[in-house]
Amino acid sequence: MGFEGIGASMRRKEDHRFLAGRGQYTDDMNRPGQTHAVIARSDRPHARIRGIDATVARAAPGVVAVYTGADLQADNIGGVPCGWQIHSKDGSPMKEPPHPVLAIDRVRHVGDPVAFVIAETRQQARNAAEKLIIDYEDLPAVAHLKDAVAPGASLVHDEAPGNICYDWHIGDKAIVDNAFVGAAHVVKLDLTNNRLVPNALETRCAIGECDPSSGDYTLWTTSQNPHVIRLLMGAFVLHIPENKLRVVAPDVGGGFGSKIFHYAEEALVTWAAGKLKRPVKWTSDRSEAFLSDAHGRDHVSAAEMAVDAQGKFLALRVSTLASMGAYLSTFAPAVPTYLSATLLAGVYTTPVIYAEVKAVFTNTVPVDAYRGAGRPEATYLLERLVDVIAQQTGIDRVELRRRNFIQPDQFPYQTPVALNYDSGNHQATLAAAMKAADWDGFEARRAASLRKGKLRGIGMSTYVEACGIAPSKLVGQLGARAGLYEVANIRVHPTGSVTVFTGTHSHGQGHETTFAQLVNDQLGVPFDQIDIVHGDTAKIPFGMGTYGSRSLAVGGSAMVKAMDKVIAKGKKIAAHLMEASVEDIEFKDGHFSVAGTDKKKALAEVSLAAYVPHNYPIEELEPGLDETAFYDPKNFTFPAGCHICEVEIDPDTGVVQVVNMVASDDVGRVINPMIVEGQVQGGLAQGIGQALMENAVYDADGQLVTGSFMDYQMPRAHDFPTMHTSNEVTLCTHNPLGAKGAGETGAIGSPPSVINAVVDALRDYGVRHLDMPASPQKVWALIQAHQPRMAAE
Amino acid sequence: MPQVTLNVNGRARTETVEGRTLLVELLREQMHLTGTHVGCDTSQCGSCVVHVNGRSVKACTMLAMQADGADVLTIEGLAHADGTLHPMQAMFREHHALQCGFCTPGMVMSAVDLVQLHPQGMTEDEIRHGLEGNLCRCTGYHNIVKAIAAAVPLMHPHLQPAIAAE
Repeated sequence: MGFEGIGASMRRKEDHRFLAGRGQYTDDMNRPGQTHAVIARSDRPHARIRGIDATVARAAPGVVAVYTGADLQADNIGGVPCGWQIHSKDGSPMKEPPHPVLAIDRVRHVGDPVAFVIAETRQQARNAAEKLIIDYEDLPAVAHLKDAVAPGASLVHDEAPGNICYDWHIGDKAIVDNAFVGAAHVVKLDLTNNRLVPNALETRCAIGECDPSSGDYTLWTTSQNPHVIRLLMGAFVLHIPENKLRVVAPDVGGGFGSKIFHYAEEALVTWAAGKLKRPVKWTSDRSEAFLSDAHGRDHVSAAEMAVDAQGKFLALRVSTLASMGAYLSTFAPAVPTYLSATLLAGVYTTPVIYAEVKAVFTNTVPVDAYRGAGRPEATYLLERLVDVIAQQTGIDRVELRRRNFIQPDQFPYQTPVALNYDSGNHQATLAAAMKAADWDGFEARRAASLRKGKLRGIGMSTYVEACGIAPSKLVGQLGARAGLYEVANIRVHPTGSVTVFTGTHSHGQGHETTFAQLVNDQLGVPFDQIDIVHGDTAKIPFGMGTYGSRSLAVGGSAMVKAMDKVIAKGKKIAAHLMEASVEDIEFKDGHFSVAGTDKKKALAEVSLAAYVPHNYPIEELEPGLDETAFYDPKNFTFPAGCHICEVEIDPDTGVVQVVNMVASDDVGRVINPMIVEGQVQGGLAQGIGQALMENAVYDADGQLVTGSFMDYQMPRAHDFPTMHTSNEVTLCTHNPLGAKGAGETGAIGSPPSVINAVVDALRDYGVRHLDMPASPQKVWALIQAHQPRMAAE
Repeated sequence: MPQVTLNVNGRARTETVEGRTLLVELLREQMHLTGTHVGCDTSQCGSCVVHVNGRSVKACTMLAMQADGADVLTIEGLAHADGTLHPMQAMFREHHALQCGFCTPGMVMSAVDLVQLHPQGMTEDEIRHGLEGNLCRCTGYHNIVKAIAAAVPLMHPHLQPAIAAE
């Protein structure tokens, strides 16, 4: 047994079952007497439902039931709730139109669920769904942001004039406007953050069951946060108290945010199982996932920076339109506001910032948090803008960044947009990334590429993100309708092995390994005697789940707090066993010892005494060694870093090839370097995918053109070079681990580095900006449209 | 309804299927071999790759009846009977080539066939292009490529670098 604690690249506990085909994903499960459900979805972007004739469908072979919105209404079933309320500039609350589980009289996007068809087999349900006659009266639809806010645009919801959900702002506009007056440079940039489809490889699935004797419900679902689903669905939709509702999220095949949200299908299978007293299973097709999983991004922004003659940023002004889609998904209102606009200081000392965000309803799939959630949008805007400032002022882009960095001795640093950064060293990550990327050797590589007819470019992004979500009191003030603490239960068994029950959820992050290393480090218990349990409301005390890179920073801190309680109680037991004073007991490497003596007791001896309390201070102390802690974070955490991308473009085809990708990140304390590296690599692939390939395209009428893997370009292995990742650690100052979070850095930091590299490659063509994705068609057209401004040779 | 007889992971099985039943549906729903996954409906993602008569096949793209009489190997049958992992599985674990694990069975089955087809060894570029039929959303493929490269000499022992005379 070698070193198994903090800093070891332990191979993962969870891998054997996944590699042997023994994972237990929701769709792998089947319940006795199970029925199968298929959802009839709208094929219209916007229509009134004049009537639904289910006569033939109900009579089809194997059909058990067909339900429509009217059936749910008759049962007093609530709508799908939104978990975050934003207030507009004028103080009014956001428009929050009803989000029915099944459409009542109108459908508002292609994919809006209309009827729930249940049969003995999935094929029978599918056949029956095709026999539904839904009489639609088409209404005009708006799919694109600018169309939705145009005067006279058709309304997605009658309750939301102008299709505006809220019109929010942060900062003092007058002060910022004043700072622009007389600035040496004012640099403007309009940009679009392209809409993405999350596409976790496992599609969503839900199985509902009701025990007719007890009235207890169980929902198995592909969720990142089963307790949140229990809370939202139980309290707001189905009116089932917590003690009667168990939610289980077993192995989950990737989430990336898209499995945070409470979806209508979860309520449908649970409700229908209660009606039918038989389990009901629904599994999404991939095509269905494109039309029903919440999408990500879809922002259009105008940004302006005032800059002085030396290149110091004086003021930033940003105006953003953010699509909400047709309904408000669980966290959607928070994404463009408190997860994005508050990041607009970035890593810079810009003294004053004003940002306004109009959230807009469109006849599209709801948009919500996805892989970075708001922070990629802020980073892309800022880091593209910085490169354009460099281009316009003639100041070197690296030097420009350095001049504006928050310096290491300026932490803690209060930004003008609410956040207080606790620690960081942007100079260090920049220097490390430039060295790893051989930034200084680039011009020689560019010349070599030119000699073979290729255009080469290099780009960087220096970013910061806000993770470890989040202090409950603060987010409550900002509109969250939940607390965002985390919970851990540490159960030391009689013989000294440990089971950890955590409210976070692992769907690829390797918690079963990382958390076991953390326990090994703190309690000295061997790695293979520690198990991590997550994803079941019947087993875990409570929890808010996994998103926003919070699991270690918040969930791990809860574990530390619970382990502190275990050690404190263990000291009392050990003091009794060794007839010493509690104050003299020390705990180290799994042993309690009496200071200054050679007397010691292993944790296993103490735990045995706790469960077999024959010789035990039973008057003062309860038996058992089992402690629970809730940890509420004191602040966000602020991972940061520098990403550098190098591309080569074939001017004949416009194809952009990423030839090098470097990330130097500061994610705070690293428990398992192998896992952190893997998290970053995956995020970088998403960033490159967004920058070069991925795009959810709606036509003007609201049909999703890119509705399958045939049309939506998912990145593949040959789209990437070998990636180079490294860490420069500064510790988080306000949680016990010093951890900041590593789940989202790649996707947040990298997209602007890619586009900056593409623009750099096209520098002789006078290209100032191009929107993502930099597809071959777009790049080729730019090359054709611009004559190269070749240096005199 | 028609019957199919096939040899799955070394065991002869006879099942009644519909004409439209896909091989992946037969494996998952009738034989309860749920290690083979379904990640799409357009034959793009490769989560369902199994071996049919020794070659990798997307089990969503083949009717169960087409597999009549075939030898089928799924992820459940890849490791040795005593539980020892196949070298490809072992290298995936060693090089952290899986995160959520969903694409993993198909990725491993594709990779085994890919390496078997290249007794002469493989370059990184060949590995990357060889994975064209498999999607992963977690890893960025980086460690998958590393794992496969590490499995090549284990599956083709003649490619192992000769131990330098010391």
